[in-house]
Amino acid sequence: MVLQTIWFFLWGLLWAVFFMTDGFDFGIGTLYPFLGKTDQDKRIMINALGPLWDGNEVWLITAGGVTFAAFPMVYSVMFSSLYSALMLILFALILRGVSFEFRGKVDDPRWRKIWDTCIFVGSFAPALLFGVAFANIFQGIPIDHNGIYHGTLFTLLNPYGLLGGVLFVLLFMIHGALWISIKSEGDLQERAVSTANKLWPILLGVAVVFLIASKFYTRLYDNYIEHPAFFIVILITVLALLGVRLFLLRKTFFKAWFASALTIVGATFFGVIGLYPNLFPSSLNPRYSLTAYNASSSPLTLKIMLIVVIIFIPVVIGYQVWAYNLFKGKVTPEDLAHDEAY
Amino acid sequence: MDVVLLSRLQFAAATMFHFLFVPFTLGLSFLVAYMETKYVKTGDETYLRMTKFWGKLFLINFALGVVTGITLEFQFGTNWSRYSAFVGDIFGSLLAIEATTSFFLESTLIGVWIFGWKKLSKKAHATVMWLVAFASTFSAVWILIANAWMQNPVGYTIREGRAELVDFTAALMQKWAILKFVHTVSAAYVLSAFFVMGISAYHLLKKQKIEFFTRSFRIALVFGLIFSLVVVIMGDLNGVVVAEKQPTKLAAMESLWETTNRAPVYLFALPDEENERNKIEIGAMPGMLSFLIKHDINAKVQGLKDFPKEERPPVLLTSFAFKGMVGLGFYFILATIIGFIKRNRLADSPKYLKLMLLSIPLPYIACELGWIVTEVGRQPWIVYGLMKTSDAVSPIATSQVLITLIAFIVVYGLLGVTGFYLIFKNALKGPEFSTDN
Repeated sequence: MVLQTIWFFLWGLLWAVFFMTDGFDFGIGTLYPFLGKTDQDKRIMINALGPLWDGNEVWLITAGGVTFAAFPMVYSVMFSSLYSALMLILFALILRGVSFEFRGKVDDPRWRKIWDTCIFVGSFAPALLFGVAFANIFQGIPIDHNGIYHGTLFTLLNPYGLLGGVLFVLLFMIHGALWISIKSEGDLQERAVSTANKLWPILLGVAVVFLIASKFYTRLYDNYIEHPAFFIVILITVLALLGVRLFLLRKTFFKAWFASALTIVGATFFGVIGLYPNLFPSSLNPRYSLTAYNASSSPLTLKIMLIVVIIFIPVVIGYQVWAYNLFKGKVTPEDLAHDEAY
Repeated sequence: MDVVLLSRLQFAAATMFHFLFVPFTLGLSFLVAYMETKYVKTGDETYLRMTKFWGKLFLINFALGVVTGITLEFQFGTNWSRYSAFVGDIFGSLLAIEATTSFFLESTLIGVWIFGWKKLSKKAHATVMWLVAFASTFSAVWILIANAWMQNPVGYTIREGRAELVDFTAALMQKWAILKFVHTVSAAYVLSAFFVMGISAYHLLKKQKIEFFTRSFRIALVFGLIFSLVVVIMGDLNGVVVAEKQPTKLAAMESLWETTNRAPVYLFALPDEENERNKIEIGAMPGMLSFLIKHDINAKVQGLKDFPKEERPPVLLTSFAFKGMVGLGFYFILATIIGFIKRNRLADSPKYLKLMLLSIPLPYIACELGWIVTEVGRQPWIVYGLMKTSDAVSPIATSQVLITLIAFIVVYGLLGVTGFYLIFKNALKGPEFSTDN
C-alpha cells in the first residue's frame, strides 16, 4: 500500500519535472517563428536551450520508463489507447531533436527554413498534445474492463481536452519567453518580455476557466473536498502564477522563470492529487479504472526501483543543476561564432 | 496484413534504423575521448583538430541515435501492450534503470561537451567525453540485459498471468546477458573503427592531411583489431548458450533439419522450408557444429524436425543472416590484421586504403544481420518459451498501425538520407585547417 502510494506520487513528480524542464524548450520552439525576426535571433533562441534540451527530454524517457516499471498495466493501456496522440508526439519530438543539430549544417536559407518549421511544429505539437492527453486522463478515458480503448484520436479532442491543451501551450510559451528574457539582450529580450507580459492575462483567464471546468468535467475535486488541506497546492500554484507577473514587472526574470516552473509543477500536481489513486481512470465505469493498487508491479520491483530512484535521481538533479549553472550567462553573438554552436 | 505483422514490420524498421546510429555513438565516443585526452596530455594541436573533426561527425550521428531511441520505448506500449503488461515488472524496470542511471548522464553531458569548450578546463572537458562514452556503453548494458531476458527469461514467477520478478540478480547476472553485451558492444566498436579507417583512407588516397589521417587511422586500427577478435570469440561463446537455451534458433542458424551426431557446418546451404530439407548444401564440415557448440565432434545436435512447425523460426532469413554476419566477422579480423602489418606505410598502400574505404558499410550490415539472427531466430516467441509474438500485440486497429508504419518509412527514410548526407559531406570535406600536416 505504502509503496504503491509513494510510486504514485513519484510518477506524478517525474511528469511534473519533465513539463517544468522540457516545457521551456517547447515554449521557445512555439515562440520561435514569432520572436526570431533575424537569423541571429533564431540562433540565440536555439542556443539558449542548446546545452540543456537533451537532458531535459530524458525526464520524459524516465517518466515513461517508470510508468512501464512501476505500473505496467497503466503503461500498456495508456500507450495503446492514446496510440495516435503519442505517435504524433513522437514524430514531433524526432523532428525537433534533429532540427537543432541539422539546421546550421548547410548554409542555405531554404535548408534553414525546413528545420525552422520542424522546430516550431516539433515544439508546439507536443505542448498541445501532452495537455490534451493529461486533461483527458483527468476526466477519464473510455476504456473497458480489458483496458481496450473505445474511441479515436478525435475522442480526445473534446472541449475539456482542448482546454487542457491550450493551458499547456500557454504555460510553456510563458516559460519559454522567460527563459529567452534571461538568456538574451536587446530587441529580442524586449520582445520576449513583452510577449510574456501579453500572454500572462490570457494564461490567467484560461487557468481560471480550467479550474472551474474541472469541477464539471472531472472528479478531481473529490479528493480536495475530502482532505481540504490539499487546497494549499492550488493556492501555491495560483500564487506562483501571480508571482510570474510580479517578477516580470520588476524585471527579475530568473525569479519569474522560477515562479513559472513552480506554476507548471503545481498545475501538474493539481491533477495528480485529484486523480489519486487513479492513474488512468475509465470514463465508462469507475471499476475499470487503473489505479496505483490494481495496476502496479510486484512489491519487489517497486522496492528495487525505489532504491534506484532514491540514489540516482538526486545525482541526476545534482549534475543537471551543475550543467544549468555552467550555462547560466547570456547567449551573445560571440557565442554563436563558436564552431560547436547550433 | 494484420496488426501483428504490421507491428512487427514497424518494430523491425524502428529498431534497425535506430541501430544504424547506436554503434557509431558507442564506439566513436571512446575514440574521440582518447583523442581529446592525447591533446590534453601532449598539447599537440593535431589531436585537438582530430577531436573536433571526428566529434562533429559524432554529434550528427548522436542526434539521430537519440531521437530514434525514444521510438523504441514508446513502441513497447503503443504496439506491444500485452507484452508490456506481461513483462513490465522485469523488462520495464530494466528500461527505467537504464534511463535513470545512464541515459540521463549521457544526454546531459553531451550538451556540456558541445557547448562547454570555453567553460571548462581542458582536462574537465575531456573527462566529460569519457563520461559520455562510459554512460552510453553502460546504457547498452541495461538494454542488453533486458533483451537477454526476452531470449532467456530467468528470475521470475508467473502470477495472475504476469511475469513477476523474484530474483533480480538472476536477471542481471545471467551468462546470456554478459556474453550478449560484450558481443554487441564489441561489434559497435568495430563499426566505429571501420568508419574512421574508411574515411581516413579516403583522405590518404587523396594525399591530403596525411599526418592527421594516418594518426586517426592508426588509433582506429588498434581499436578495430582488438574488438574484431573479441566480437568473434564472444559470438562463438554466444553460440554455445544459444544451443543450450534456444535449440530452434541454433538449428535455423545452421539450417540443420535432422537431429544428428557429428552435426556439420555448411559453408553454404539453401533451406527449403516447405520440404524440410536443404535444396543446396555446399562445403559440409562434418562434426564442426557439434564441436563448436558441445566441444565434441561426435555430440548430438537437435535438428528443426524435432520441433513442431509452428515453433520454428523462419529458417532462410535466420541462416542467411547468420552466415553473412559470421563471414563479415572474419573479414574484419583479416582486414585489421593486414592493416596492422601495413601500419607504418599506410599512405603508400592504395589498394588496401581503397578496400578500407569500401568496407565502411560492412560493419553496419553485420550489426543489422546480427539483430536479425537474434530477433527473427527467436520467433515465434517474443519471450522465449513464455509468450508468443502473436499474443503480445496491442488491441488496436490495423489502420492505425498501417498509417504509422508508412509515416515511419517516410520520415525515417528522409532523416536517414539527410543524416548520412551530412555525415559523409562533412567527413569527405575533411578538417578545416590550412597547413598540410
